[in-house]
Amino acid sequence: MELLLQQILAGLATGTIYACIALAIVMTYQAIGHLNFAQGEMAMFSTFIAWQLTQWGAPYWVAFFVTVAVSFAGGVLIELIVLRPIQHAPVLSHVAVFIGLLAILNSLAGFLWDFNVKPFPTPFGTAPLFANGFIDAHQAGMIAVTLFLLAFLYVFFRFTRVGLAMRAAAHDPVSARLVGIRVGWMTALGWGMAAAIGAIAGMMIAPVVFLEPNMMLGVLLYGFAGAVLGGLTSPAGAVIGGLIVGVIENLAGTFIPVIGGELKLTIALAIIVVVLVMKPQGLLGRPVLHRV
Amino acid sequence: MTALLDVYGLHASYGPTRVLHGLSFSVSDRGVTTLLGGNGAGKTTTLRAICGMVARTGEITFAGQTITRSSTEHIARLGVAHVPDGRGTFTRLTVEENLELGAITRRDRNDVVDDLERVFGYFPVLQKRRGQQAGTLSGGEQQMLAIGRALMLRPRLMLLDEPSFGLAPRLVHELFDILTTLNKREGVSLLLVEQNAALALELADHAYLLETGRIVFSGAAREIREDEKIRRSYLGY
Repeated sequence: MELLLQQILAGLATGTIYACIALAIVMTYQAIGHLNFAQGEMAMFSTFIAWQLTQWGAPYWVAFFVTVAVSFAGGVLIELIVLRPIQHAPVLSHVAVFIGLLAILNSLAGFLWDFNVKPFPTPFGTAPLFANGFIDAHQAGMIAVTLFLLAFLYVFFRFTRVGLAMRAAAHDPVSARLVGIRVGWMTALGWGMAAAIGAIAGMMIAPVVFLEPNMMLGVLLYGFAGAVLGGLTSPAGAVIGGLIVGVIENLAGTFIPVIGGELKLTIALAIIVVVLVMKPQGLLGRPVLHRV
Repeated sequence: MTALLDVYGLHASYGPTRVLHGLSFSVSDRGVTTLLGGNGAGKTTTLRAICGMVARTGEITFAGQTITRSSTEHIARLGVAHVPDGRGTFTRLTVEENLELGAITRRDRNDVVDDLERVFGYFPVLQKRRGQQAGTLSGGEQQMLAIGRALMLRPRLMLLDEPSFGLAPRLVHELFDILTTLNKREGVSLLLVEQNAALALELADHAYLLETGRIVFSGAAREIREDEKIRRSYLGY
């Protein structure tokens, strides 16, 4: 029983990271209608920036917030420079561009910081949070940071004018233009925010998976699984989906001996396939209707 | 009267298909102009061309400013509120959010609160439904919401695309009473596209008759109302 609880909590902790990546994917998907395969590599690159800043002697939280700001700007720039020119291009062009971005960011990180695994600092420490060792301080910190981020995003989208304009632009770009919303800027802003969310997720997971250019591959896959499970059209669904995937991953790894550590990644793919077959719109998503 | 909106030699096309072939017309300041004509005459396209929603050439001037090359969002910010056919409400957002979006570009936030009350005054049903998703409203209520949202911009010019479409006759008259009030009391100029020609000609001071992307007749609304030949051959009443 104790092991079960412990594994659920640990699963929730990593699940928060999947939730962040899933949320970033859904935000981009809502804004431009395409899945950003490079979301994970963008987060990885951001995490390297944070690492570099700490190497130069910056205190953790200074590095954290500078990285968030730089990532936001980077996301906006990627949208303006790479995505804006192809916004009316077919799906395949987008897929090609995202895979290109993924490869470029991956090898650029390898070139700048090499492929050796590096430890990444945690501001919370790794001591057990309680005497019984249920959950350690970093896991608790991950959960706290994510909850804070989600609360911030909820308030932003629900109660601010820019948030409302962003929702309107994603929902119905034509009508949004008619009320005077600069839809292009809203898309760029969405990219910036997605990049910033990814950066936070990267910095939170890096102490667990260690820092190296390929560190986000698994996380991105789980994030996708979470987004698909929750529904690509629902930010709340993405968060819930990410958490569920985190818990499933951990429980399956612990309690199904065959899976162990080796086959864990397969679970993400299995979830994606099962959801797409059984309930393509996900748990909270809207079914896609086409007028015939 | 000076023209608020002046359109000269307007051409528009969807891809390679040309839809408008050199339209020229105007809407006077505080005036009401109506575009009449059958299906496919190019009425909706004309409104869309003014707002920069389709590729267009020619010369469009609004309040002395050339807007032929302006973006849709820029034109909205100048005070042109377009109520499109199909209404274009944000169906997944609430009624109140839809109305707020109408005023999203305005900086006078205190007046916006007053304007919200004003819109609720015109359309009390929207106040009752303010927290409801716009997609759950009836067709008539959505039309009111679309017009209410346009009003939140404090527009100088409203472009209305078939506002009576799909409404019960009683609602149509209510709606046109409100449009009359908006024009007479608040001085909002209107460019009205309507299938219901009789109704449109009552409200309008000027009318243009479109046929396959060309203006075939124009004049004072009163003249057209009284010209039996035109009424019979073009307007069918």
